[in-house]
Amino acid sequence: MYKIAVTILFLLCFFACKENDFKKNPEAENNGIKGIDINTKMVFIQGGSYLPFYGDAKKQVSVASFLLDERPATNEEFLAFVTVNPQWRKSNVKRVFADTTYLRDWPSDLQFSKDQSGDAPVSFVSWFAANAFAESTGKRLPTLDEWEYVAMADEKDYNARGKKSYSDYIISLYLKKNKQLEPVKKSQPNAWGIYNMFDRVWEWTDDFNSVLTTGDSREGSYDDKNLFCAGAATSATDVLNYAAFMRFGLRSSLKANYTVANLGFRCAKDTNIITK
Amino acid sequence: MKNNIILIVVATVCVLTSCRTNTDANEGRALRNAEVKTSGDAEKAEITAAPLVPKPVGNRPAKKLIVELETTETEGIIADSLKYTFWTFNNIVPGSFIRVREGDDIELRLKNAANSAMPHNIDLHAVNGPGGGAEVTFVSPGKEASFHFKALNPGLYVYHCAAPPVPMHIANGMYGLILVEPEGGLPKVDREYYIMQGEFYTKAGDNSVLVFDNDKGNDEKPDYVLFNGKKGSLLGKNMLQANVGETDRLLIGNGGPYRVSPLDAPGESFDKGSLEGGSLVNHNVQTTLIPAGGATIVEFTVEAPGEYVLVDHSIFRAFNKGAIGKLYVSGEKNHEVFEKIK
Repeated sequence: MYKIAVTILFLLCFFACKENDFKKNPEAENNGIKGIDINTKMVFIQGGSYLPFYGDAKKQVSVASFLLDERPATNEEFLAFVTVNPQWRKSNVKRVFADTTYLRDWPSDLQFSKDQSGDAPVSFVSWFAANAFAESTGKRLPTLDEWEYVAMADEKDYNARGKKSYSDYIISLYLKKNKQLEPVKKSQPNAWGIYNMFDRVWEWTDDFNSVLTTGDSREGSYDDKNLFCAGAATSATDVLNYAAFMRFGLRSSLKANYTVANLGFRCAKDTNIITK
Repeated sequence: MKNNIILIVVATVCVLTSCRTNTDANEGRALRNAEVKTSGDAEKAEITAAPLVPKPVGNRPAKKLIVELETTETEGIIADSLKYTFWTFNNIVPGSFIRVREGDDIELRLKNAANSAMPHNIDLHAVNGPGGGAEVTFVSPGKEASFHFKALNPGLYVYHCAAPPVPMHIANGMYGLILVEPEGGLPKVDREYYIMQGEFYTKAGDNSVLVFDNDKGNDEKPDYVLFNGKKGSLLGKNMLQANVGETDRLLIGNGGPYRVSPLDAPGESFDKGSLEGGSLVNHNVQTTLIPAGGATIVEFTVEAPGEYVLVDHSIFRAFNKGAIGKLYVSGEKNHEVFEKIK
């Protein structure tokens, strides 16, 4: 009798575990993240309001003060992350969290390619992986508004969008090939002191797919009509800002498990400091 | 009052039915084609680089085809020794020529090269569906997408990339042609050639490789207006070839993004030209107009040998910006048609 009870109990446990396994979701997966100690310099970004590229041309969006990594996460740092978080290694990662090209050029689980500099930005990482990395450093991904707010700056001004050269210069950076193989912080920082917003990798944002260009920006409307039923079918607030079209286009082509050659990320963090 | 209403109703019905009597062979054609059943396994469609076109469909029934295209961003010669960063379908400008039959079931597979910096997609004007396939094929670098469409309307159609910013993708060379032949095929001819015109707006980039110039594009002031993506693509040893007495067909598209192309072959009027690539056929045309994002099919019989010039007759474009090509016709002189007197 006793034996039967133990067996039943054992079987129950077994099935319960199975059940659990089945129910795994990104949230649960992230809960098992082990912390890593990385001291990327963070820059205080004074909050304010800005006019989003997509949206109502009269509606400013406010951005609270936050901290932003001064540069994208690097290969070396990502190696440190997968070293203590084996579930994020190339051979272990689940396809729902990262597609087949995850860390494509890494010859093995704990080694990045010889062609890649350790202090070059990590790429071929999914949104899930970027999130997990951020969590392991006690940070998070920046929101799209936070990222775009900082991206308004050129080397001199916090908001350089009005300058004619601004979009052209960014486009010229976007068009360079293999730029993701070069180390970070080799170019000038922007007015905030932030490096490599445009000249290394496209960057994941927390809500990368919250603004959807329709894959066909001629329509001048949004995919998610509920989110953007702003009366007239407005589209971009600055139709000559081709650089922004390219960036938003890239974002809307992504899915969260995609890994792409020139797509990386940087981390952000909340702050209690309101002004400096 | 009641009589008036009856009168109005009767009049309306009369007007509507009189419209209905104005039918032609094309009415309901797309609907009929939608019902066409194809059988067997899908086969890979033959696709070609300009100026060549795939084999005609002839008498074959409708079938299943797979068309594979890859979007790339690649350097190539635009003029003389100058390089330009083209964005392409299958590494060529214009992109591969696609040839299908009405009623065909086509699976279009679009792959974006892994080293692309941008997402791309394809909008085929021959497709009946949202964005001509633009939304469903919107692919990040290194990714693939595919969709099925049935060719419903015969004609010659432009396809192009419609990823944001659309003008930039088209101006960089992302366009090509798809021919949907009617049941039984187009009338048999001796030769067929694929020509596509496009403008290029350039400025110096890195390592003296030219890149797209946003401002010139917005001002609609191209540096080059070219046939088949390269200055001299139809000149010298690249001249199109034909023989006296032949009937030849040109399948011509205009990628734009902006200019309308009044295409003309001085010395050889087009015996037959499909208006804007559609079903309406025009005869004895000297210069035919091809809208940006449009196409046309012209047929002609050459009666006398020699070199014939093909130009965009907005003539600065031909003389100064590259929109010029030649057709070399071999054969016996025909004194009845053309002769120097003194």
